[in-house]
Amino acid sequence: VTASVIGTRPLRHDGIDKVTGRALYGADVRMPRLLHGHVVRSPHAHARILSIDATRALALPGVKAVISAADFPEDVQPVAGAGVEPLAYLRDNILASHKALYKGHAVAAIAATSPHIAAQAAELVEVRYEVLPTVLTGLEAMRSGAPRLHDDLRTKEPGEPVGALSNVAKHVHHAWGDVDAGFAEAAVVVERSFDTATVHQGYIEPHNATAVWNHDDRILIWCSTQGAFGVRDVTARVLDVPISRVTVYPMEIGGGFGGKLRVYLEPVAALLSRKAGCPVKIVMSRADVFEGTGPAPASHVDLKIGARDDGRITAAQASLIYEAGAFPGAMVGLGALCVFAAYDIPNIAIEGFDVVVNKPSTAAYRAPGAPNAAFATETVLDEIAERLALDPIELRLLNIAREGTRRADGVPHGRIGGVEVLEAMRRHLHYRTPLGRPYRGRGIALGYWINEGHPSCCSITPNADGTATLLEGSVDIGGTRTSIAMQAAEVLGIPAEHVRPIVADTDSIGFTDSTGGSRTTFATGWAACAAADDLLRQMKAFLTRIWRVESIVFDRGVFRCGEHRATFAETCARIAKDGAAIVGRGAVDPTGVGASLAGCIVDVEVDPETGHTTVLRVTSVQDAGRAIHPSYVEGQMQGGTVQGIGWALNEQYCVSRQGAMLNSTLLDYCIPTALDLPMIETEIVEVPNPGHPFGVRGVGEASIVPPPAAVANAIYHAIGVRMTRLPMTPQAVVERLGILGPTTRAEGAAATEPVASPQRSFAECFQGIPTR
Amino acid sequence: VIAATTRTRVTINGEPCEFLCEPRQSLLECLRDILGLTGTKEGCNDGNCGACTVLLDGRIVNSCLVLGVEVEGARVVTIEGVAEGVTLHPLQRAFLEQAALQCGFCTAGLIVAAKALLDVEPHPSETDIRRALANNLCRCTGYDKVVRAVQQAVREMAQ
Repeated sequence: VTASVIGTRPLRHDGIDKVTGRALYGADVRMPRLLHGHVVRSPHAHARILSIDATRALALPGVKAVISAADFPEDVQPVAGAGVEPLAYLRDNILASHKALYKGHAVAAIAATSPHIAAQAAELVEVRYEVLPTVLTGLEAMRSGAPRLHDDLRTKEPGEPVGALSNVAKHVHHAWGDVDAGFAEAAVVVERSFDTATVHQGYIEPHNATAVWNHDDRILIWCSTQGAFGVRDVTARVLDVPISRVTVYPMEIGGGFGGKLRVYLEPVAALLSRKAGCPVKIVMSRADVFEGTGPAPASHVDLKIGARDDGRITAAQASLIYEAGAFPGAMVGLGALCVFAAYDIPNIAIEGFDVVVNKPSTAAYRAPGAPNAAFATETVLDEIAERLALDPIELRLLNIAREGTRRADGVPHGRIGGVEVLEAMRRHLHYRTPLGRPYRGRGIALGYWINEGHPSCCSITPNADGTATLLEGSVDIGGTRTSIAMQAAEVLGIPAEHVRPIVADTDSIGFTDSTGGSRTTFATGWAACAAADDLLRQMKAFLTRIWRVESIVFDRGVFRCGEHRATFAETCARIAKDGAAIVGRGAVDPTGVGASLAGCIVDVEVDPETGHTTVLRVTSVQDAGRAIHPSYVEGQMQGGTVQGIGWALNEQYCVSRQGAMLNSTLLDYCIPTALDLPMIETEIVEVPNPGHPFGVRGVGEASIVPPPAAVANAIYHAIGVRMTRLPMTPQAVVERLGILGPTTRAEGAAATEPVASPQRSFAECFQGIPTR
Repeated sequence: VIAATTRTRVTINGEPCEFLCEPRQSLLECLRDILGLTGTKEGCNDGNCGACTVLLDGRIVNSCLVLGVEVEGARVVTIEGVAEGVTLHPLQRAFLEQAALQCGFCTAGLIVAAKALLDVEPHPSETDIRRALANNLCRCTGYDKVVRAVQQAVREMAQ
């Protein structure tokens, strides 16, 4: 059946509000008697909190309330279904109870009549600290005798509940075959160590929350989040109130990329509101966003791959150390799952370590765990291809995973599009265009991401004029209102514009998991299909009664039975006239998740004197399964690719030896600007996912996975040095070239370097200004 | 010490208006918190993201770096003043048609900055466009569709 809506490019339903400034984001919330909150943060990366004295702050005119972790309820009962993260860690990251574990860790909060007064009062809160030794890298934190962050943290081992007291929160392990025998069989074995810096999602909208603790003990929250239900459940849990008393109204969200899945401000605003008796709004500063929210983990990866001289990989081994930051949860399990998942490898050994250090508690960032791992895998594969004199795409095609190939966790792949993506890359004009100048190089890389399912709900109400109103529970970050509405419209046989999608609050729609894991167009889209099907079933039942017939078919927007015929709109009018009550309802928890593969081709030119890398041309190729709205699929591919380029070339947390972030402004953090980049070419590959009604896989994440390795490989082919650390700043490139002499590092020596990066020079912050 | 407020008279989106603000309040705060013009966004409050871009006497400024009291007698144009009544500016239509926004948070600043460019340079090259938008960070789009949207508006406005 040919689709009439899917695959077209309608204007997004929320578009006009967003180009005219009318769309309301979390910080735009205004209400009477609104107070402004400010969070007091630890200046130390590791310190015991001895006392908090708010007397002077409370004396400042305009200050209405001060809270700390002591204001959390005491005997908290566990709430079923409210997430798996231990409550103590969850609460302690929101407000530290006895120890500050990173610079920027929240220790107290103030509500005042203006943001200026609140900020002024923050300086008057007297917190006495006992400063403790810090540990800032995963490798250091794993050493015996390293300062320990948590008194009660034991290593979770596979198959064992607890190990020793340690900074290692989790140890994951996957193995099959015999890697020693596999390496013995190999004609070429490449073993390298890789390091990647802490990076931030860098959404432009800072976190914010407005809360009212009502006089009837209901808590109302307006905020920017990727998951309204997650905010509701976590808030209820840490404040020990029934979930039914918390309502979250998700406002428009100014980017998230995984970083707005966690809860930071909402319970704080709620507690301040209870104490002050007024609504309280908190908006983070940019420095708070960098220092007090969850970046993506820095990592150290040791990786070894062997291959026969025909290019077939015989064995692969990886050790992944991911820095969780202050609390467990670096998602090293996903890194371990993805590190070799794109390939069919007979002998594998993978281990991963989730290690706590005195840095902000990490959060998800677009395909969390995968880019760190793929940087290592795809760089080593490039070296193997070179050693075997094979085309790098050919080498990957020889080893690509197909349907039935087992992933590291033993789960066989479903239908995946690895072959199709690689063939599209090989066919692409970009791949065959000569580079033409010295110091230019081309690199390619492949990336794998699992994608996710989880529960989603929608309801659809038909209107008398043949339009329909669609309520859905997924926050819309990048056009998903439209990609969800389009799927309902396709089922109903009406134009996308006739469906009005509404992102509902947590009281108005069934539980819908967060917008993340590339799941929204897949799972909530499926819920919209289910709701539309349910609506059609009820409309058929209605027509069966009024036509007095047995069975009715619905095709291309028309109900038929014998002589009888009615369009969707005619039926809606009749339903309204007769007063029938019809609402379509869809609630799904899909299991048929389709993984996504993305490839990247990058051309760079490296200035051999300054080490500056200019990105000349980029092509992103991705298997979308089925592209519901191709423009927004391309948008995801372009955005993910550019974040990957920023991760590759510019972005890092520069951290002092005391654990302070030295570059917590957008000027110094250096996310790519319009001037740093060429157009980002895209090619959508469509290998339908059999687990979705329209074949959708989800496209939000995979495109960020390959660029760091693709850029590293391009730099190698431009100037002949293998880069094994991210970011590949001009300074890092000239060091590898040996221009700076004594600071040149031997291969692999990076592993033992301390984490503290020198603050970059002023000039380096402007590295983005192109030389072309 | 809470400073006294000052009366400031200004023309915003063609309409004369006046407001009371503290000397420490930025133009961005005055627009958003006093006048309710929340289309202009705060992304960093230190002049590095461009989300708060407005036109001040025809020139683009980061409104977080201008004090409210400084705009006495000036003309300010915000995103709310870019459309003519219900008719979208060609840039606004082009951003929609080219899918040049994802989260939409930087969009207001980008459109105002692009308008400032097209007001003085009706035929910009791709590099001109990229340079004019280099102060406006967008984390969602990778700028490709943003640049194409500005190019579409250039073509339409030339006709």
